[in-house]
Amino acid sequence: MTTTAVQEQGPAAVTPPPTVAGHARNYWSRVRGGDIGGLPAVLGLVVLCTVFSIARPSFLTAGNFANLLTQGAATTLIAMGLIFVLLLGEIDLSAGFASGVCAAVLANVVTVLGYPWYVAVLAAVVTGVVIGTLLGLLVAKIGIPSFVVTLAGFLAFQGIALMLMEEGKNIAVRDDVLVAISNRNLPPLLGWLLALVAVAGYGAAQLLRHRNRAARGLVTDPIAVVLARIGGLALILGVAVFILNLERSRNVLITSLKGVPIVVPVIAVLLVLWTFVLQRTRYGRHVYAVGGNREAARRAGIDVDRIRISVFVICSSMAAIGGIVAASRANSVDPNTGGSSVLLYAVGAAVIGGTSLFGGKGRVLDAVLGGAVIAVIDNGMGLMGYSSGVKYALTGVVLLLAATVDAFSRRRSAATGTR
Amino acid sequence: MSATPLLELRGIDKSFGPVQVLRDVAFAAHAGEVTALVGDNGAGKSTLVKCISGIHPTDAGEFLFDGSPVAIHSPRDAAALGIEVVYQDLALCDNLDIVQNMFLGREKRSGIVLDEPTMEQMAAETLAGLSVRTVKSLRQHVSSLSGGQRQTVAIAKAVLWNSRLVILDEPTAALGVAQTAQVLELVRRLADNGLAVVLISHNMNDVFAVSDRVAALYLGQMVAQVKTTDITHAQVVELITAGRSGGLGLTAEPGQGGNGTGNGGQPAGSTAGGDR
Repeated sequence: MTTTAVQEQGPAAVTPPPTVAGHARNYWSRVRGGDIGGLPAVLGLVVLCTVFSIARPSFLTAGNFANLLTQGAATTLIAMGLIFVLLLGEIDLSAGFASGVCAAVLANVVTVLGYPWYVAVLAAVVTGVVIGTLLGLLVAKIGIPSFVVTLAGFLAFQGIALMLMEEGKNIAVRDDVLVAISNRNLPPLLGWLLALVAVAGYGAAQLLRHRNRAARGLVTDPIAVVLARIGGLALILGVAVFILNLERSRNVLITSLKGVPIVVPVIAVLLVLWTFVLQRTRYGRHVYAVGGNREAARRAGIDVDRIRISVFVICSSMAAIGGIVAASRANSVDPNTGGSSVLLYAVGAAVIGGTSLFGGKGRVLDAVLGGAVIAVIDNGMGLMGYSSGVKYALTGVVLLLAATVDAFSRRRSAATGTR
Repeated sequence: MSATPLLELRGIDKSFGPVQVLRDVAFAAHAGEVTALVGDNGAGKSTLVKCISGIHPTDAGEFLFDGSPVAIHSPRDAAALGIEVVYQDLALCDNLDIVQNMFLGREKRSGIVLDEPTMEQMAAETLAGLSVRTVKSLRQHVSSLSGGQRQTVAIAKAVLWNSRLVILDEPTAALGVAQTAQVLELVRRLADNGLAVVLISHNMNDVFAVSDRVAALYLGQMVAQVKTTDITHAQVVELITAGRSGGLGLTAEPGQGGNGTGNGGQPAGSTAGGDR
């Protein structure tokens, strides 16, 4: 809490000059007020990693870390798209099989028809756009609840995926570029370079923003906090790149295995892109507004139907990208690509990361945090030799925990909000 | 105050199918004044407001804005004239902060990026201009505001766009005593800043606390529009419930004597030709 004392200069000057302690107090009061963001996911990640590394030292190796990233990639990408749908308080149950259909299109175009990889990728993404447009039109224009539309999609896309694979044959994906996405690594030097670019870009954006606001006499975060954020990102990226650049091949004489998996920068670029869209553009603002109060958004002149359709398009397109990454990882596409637990993991990732199922609250980063939690559970339980049954059960419990945290924080903010 | 009203309506008729909601309504709002629009439920207050704000087209009648005739066909036309409505249910997004709400749908941009500093500055200036000192930070979410603070934000949002006429639909209906006083003070300040303010209210205390004129609707007819100083509390209540009070209201019409009570649907039947 800052002071509630009344000052004369007007609202811009009501908050006292920023201090680190004040910033921390502000953050804490927001957390207590129910605005917890990604905190549970980060804490969960720390706890899970600690437990698994104590129980299985092999969890904490460079090889396993790289594995984790590629394992969680497809789920994370699908979850990123789902967050847009969840922000409106809608759901897309078909995202999993939509990614399957798009992967099947990819495989057909590149392997069966023999086109180059970029044509196949384009075809897959266009398929995603078409699927999303269809779902969005049914939800926004016809007015069928998204749960029902996408449940129908869930069944239908499963069928379409089967048909595209001629009743269940799997199609190999052998194109070098496509296979590389999930199975090859960046040269170590390039990894460092990208990390440097990322930190420099983030730092420049943060410092410019700080200077711009300070110059206009607006309330700013304390410079120490801004620097700490930049330092934090540099530390995380630095450690991650360092570990990934270690040699993780069992036998260096046969093959050398080091560097950042290519899928990591792919996720990073999409994370930055969608975060920019949500936080810095008019479109993103309108997505939050429609999710928060559809009627208010309509009265403010926002084309609500267009926003509703567009989130389904984004969701299915991201599902297509998730499907491409999954196909790359498996080197093939089969009728189960995007099936079984993929969708549930993706929804789980978004919710665990802190996106609300009630709409209006969430960030793209949530998909990465939640996706990491799910990948860690999956990977750690696997290392400890538990069966799939136990894995599913535990993931279910974690998802339930996350939804409980969401419901409680909602109640909490309702209680503190109407104070 | 000023000779020409900022907004003047003459002979407004409005029907929904067979039901005539507004009959030959005349209404004026002056710059620098608060005009209270009173009337019982179903008297046509909301319909009148929706006609002014362009949500409903009128069947007949003319709009004069600043003395010259205008046509209002859509909310966009109304907004272009500088008419803003603050609805009862506020139309704020809980999950957005104060600045984001104030600029919702009309965000300032530089390139494709939202221009947050400019918006925050403008919001701060607007709130300062209204002498609002109750909000702690412009970046707090609306969900954390009290009812009075929310109403303040909604009003400030309406004022932000160089608006000239602000219509407030029951702004104090859901508020406690202290917050009501705050909002009424703000309403008064809007008028003192030179805006024309129309205040819809059921609460006589509010009406007499801030308004310069009272306009009373009774079953779709404007039965009186008088200075607040020329009328008593009891007279306003009579106008609302019976459509007449002493020399005011429907009795002024010839052939209307004594029909003010008990026969709700009828009194206007003989006036302006009934249903059209």
